[in-house]
Amino acid sequence: MSPADFTFSWIPFFALLASLVAVPFIALSGSRPNLRESWTVLAAVVKFGLVVSLIPGALEGKTVGLTLFELAPGLPFELEADPFGVLFALIASGLWIVTSFYSMGYMRGNKEKKQTRFFASFALCLSSTIGVAFAGNLFTFIFFYEVLTLSTYPLVVHKETDAAIQASRKYLSYTLTAGLLLIAAAGIIYMHAGTLDFQAGGLKELRSMPEPLMLSVFLMMLAGVGVKAGIMPLHSWLPSAMAAPTPVSALLHAVAVVKSGVFGVIRVTGFVIGFDLMKEMSYDTILMVLSGFTILVASLLAFKQDNLKRRLAYSTVGHLSYIVLGVAIMSPIGLTGSILHIAAHATMKITLFFVAGSVYVHLHKENISQLDGIAREMPWTMGAFTIGAMGLAGMPPVNGFFSKWTLGLGSLEAGLWIPLAILVGSGLLNAGYFFPIVYRAYFKKPGVELNGVGEASPWMTVPIVITASLSVLFGLYPDLFFGIFELASTVAIQLFASQDSLSFIHESVKIP
Amino acid sequence: MIELSSLPALFPILLISGTLLVVLTGLRYSSMAQPIATLTAFFTALTSLYALLGVANAEPVRYAFGGWAPPIGIEFVLDGVSGFFLLVINSVATLVLFHSAGLRNQILGTKQTAYYALSLLLLLGLNGMVLTGDLFNLYVFLEISSLASYGLISIGSRQAPYAAFRYLIIGTVGGTFYLLGVGFLYAVTGTLNMADIAGLIPEISATTPVITALILIITGVGIKAALFPMYGWLPEAYTHANAISSALIAPIGTKVAAYILVRIGLFVFGAENVDRVIPASQTIAILAGVGILFGSLMAISQRNLKRMLAFSSVSQIGYIVMGIALMNPFGFAGALFHVLNHAIMKSALFLVSATIEQEEGHSDLTRFDDTYRKKYPYTMAVFTIAAISMIGLPPLAGFFSKWMLALGTLEAGSWFLFVVILSSSLLNAVYFFRILERVYLKKSGQKDPSDARFQESPWVMRAPALVLAIALMAFGFANAPILEMIQLWFPVQ
Repeated sequence: MSPADFTFSWIPFFALLASLVAVPFIALSGSRPNLRESWTVLAAVVKFGLVVSLIPGALEGKTVGLTLFELAPGLPFELEADPFGVLFALIASGLWIVTSFYSMGYMRGNKEKKQTRFFASFALCLSSTIGVAFAGNLFTFIFFYEVLTLSTYPLVVHKETDAAIQASRKYLSYTLTAGLLLIAAAGIIYMHAGTLDFQAGGLKELRSMPEPLMLSVFLMMLAGVGVKAGIMPLHSWLPSAMAAPTPVSALLHAVAVVKSGVFGVIRVTGFVIGFDLMKEMSYDTILMVLSGFTILVASLLAFKQDNLKRRLAYSTVGHLSYIVLGVAIMSPIGLTGSILHIAAHATMKITLFFVAGSVYVHLHKENISQLDGIAREMPWTMGAFTIGAMGLAGMPPVNGFFSKWTLGLGSLEAGLWIPLAILVGSGLLNAGYFFPIVYRAYFKKPGVELNGVGEASPWMTVPIVITASLSVLFGLYPDLFFGIFELASTVAIQLFASQDSLSFIHESVKIP
Repeated sequence: MIELSSLPALFPILLISGTLLVVLTGLRYSSMAQPIATLTAFFTALTSLYALLGVANAEPVRYAFGGWAPPIGIEFVLDGVSGFFLLVINSVATLVLFHSAGLRNQILGTKQTAYYALSLLLLLGLNGMVLTGDLFNLYVFLEISSLASYGLISIGSRQAPYAAFRYLIIGTVGGTFYLLGVGFLYAVTGTLNMADIAGLIPEISATTPVITALILIITGVGIKAALFPMYGWLPEAYTHANAISSALIAPIGTKVAAYILVRIGLFVFGAENVDRVIPASQTIAILAGVGILFGSLMAISQRNLKRMLAFSSVSQIGYIVMGIALMNPFGFAGALFHVLNHAIMKSALFLVSATIEQEEGHSDLTRFDDTYRKKYPYTMAVFTIAAISMIGLPPLAGFFSKWMLALGTLEAGSWFLFVVILSSSLLNAVYFFRILERVYLKKSGQKDPSDARFQESPWVMRAPALVLAIALMAFGFANAPILEMIQLWFPVQ
């Protein structure tokens, strides 16, 4: 990143450290659950506060951070909070607070074992996520990306059933292979360019790389980040990973881990290869074909799933590719939409997962076919579900509409009709696989066993209502808190240097 | 403090006095053998540290024994590379010998004096090989260390003497190859001093006797290093030797063979001359690459923990030899850093296996389950850390040596080896996660719950293992200065 607008700051490092420091405290207070969970909440709040304090600088397009030591010869351990990193860190750390409370309700309500390991690994995951967000070069990125893989493993295998063990094996074999491909690509780039720095617009040195080698480097990096981003055909670990407890599926497999993947897609394409080179080499077409295919096929596969979490997982696969598609459009507005969808999908999908978890804990139901009439007993929960489902189908006033609208404008700006058609078609498919659930919950006759069960515990219901309200609020007023829209467009301007101005994006994206 | 100039002589003096002291006190008090041996190793390690700090960025120190200047006399040469190897060997040996206090009575019984005297002789041989500047003297130390290892390995299970005998035969063949090679070099150059020969090599490196010598020496050293396909002695020896002998020999034994390869390949011959007529370095690198894959695949198919670790050693020694054979600063730094890492990881893993073997009476992987985690939480934590480092995942040290090795293969333009390095990580993941899964997740079934009570090994065994695990984390973060220091030692042509 350009040194001109770079300022030294410890804050990104402290944000990373906040949850890392909490890990030993969590581990040592295993016999006192209330104390243990207070460490989690404290760490989450501190982390979020630190990230929020970075926003004003990020809105001005500034980057703050520091270089701590050499991670390997010639490769510094760089933490740099640029606007894009801040945005991702903001989403992950903000939703961690909500998830912490939800986890308490879920884990205790479900009488899960080994909660100490759960909460400790969770905190470690969040540290690595912040590391991924703030990594200033590809090597630091890989470092945290791999730590994230490792620290998620205990969470995926948490239940220790055969299914969980199978899922964790699948998870490891996909993600470790992906990590290796990323490392391989990084090695080739480093030997060629002598640096692995993230630079808005890409590394100039890559232009001199022979074309076949460049293509293989691109494909290796794409596969490396694509596994976590669930790009087909690399997605199949994600539905299996639903064996994990629901808070894990909610925050990690809808927000932190998978978004590290799409975050990585943008880092790699925009900050290592550079969009100009992407277009010259027509790599954007590869991205578009893969993501378009993923969106449609994942949506179709979602129809087949009776297990609620699995249906949500396929829906996640599809929506992650919205973000990748937004990159492939290669226009400032498209990228803005893509980044907005990182935030929008996060709040909506976490809501849906929370709902699935609370239905499971409260009613011990995990299949869609068992959900007849539950809205009468759980009105708040199912209301939130409806909001999330509407948003994912792209209906106003939820934030999913807004991000999708921006994505659509982006593809019009670039003069591309196919992405637009995919977006519209996928919206219909989303409605197709979500609304039957809503219909069942509201209009079918409930079974006798549901009489008077009432709402789930407030520990779970309140977080659900919060995330659902966030989805609506951000849909109505995208810049209400934290300037998420501003941030997203700042990133787009950084990456498409001097082609568009901020006001142009603002003018184009008029909120109806 | 001791003058740096006479420091090289201190190593054999320390070790020989230690050995004598062990034997003499052993006549009356055999229980004194372990503390004396550990202290001797500890002081040798301290001396190595002092030596390394002294020569890391300075001119090599040459010490001529008896004041006879080479080529008439024998000289010891202490430079960065030898200082580094000394420190690795002696500090790991210190920890392993310290750890053996918890097992010596059960495993060694009345043979303690013999065991500890042999351990120090082994160290003497290894230290001597690293320090000497004379090719024939190197052979002498090679034989000292080999004889000591034959003895150490034969103290073990019922098959141990057989494994030791097999090692003896193969090892002697290896030593003979080496000696023959040295003979050829002597016949051509008329000297045995490494520096002298290095000066003459550029002129004569294309002649038949020198090439023959090179092939013979590489074969001999390859056998000692258990380089694929000459690894046959290693799995047997490590599996059947007793737990503390294999923990001592496995981490450091083959490393010195790698050192000879560095010394003769890169310093005596030099990168340019090794490949002048025959593609020696490429051949070694390819063999090492095949060995990496073969060792990993064999490790996957093992049921016995020690045997699995032994095959993993075959694979890991492949990394080191390959890094050396790449003949560039990246591969060199990666190889030497991997010497350090592998010594730490392998000793940690063998210490764990010693604990398990002692407490459970077997090292059969299929019988591992989650009671092990409850019984030996510390030991298993060490195992986990060492395993993750072996797989090569950040933030542990193993990742960084592999990274440097991968850069080395790219620098050398070898895509085959690049792929080998990366894919072997996955193979390592298979055989280590398989165990981790058992230890952390596999339900023990109908076993008596009292089986799962905390019965961790005594602190004297736990502490060294923990130190090794912490070292892996520390070197993961502090790798850059170490790697940069090593890169400076790469001989400039």
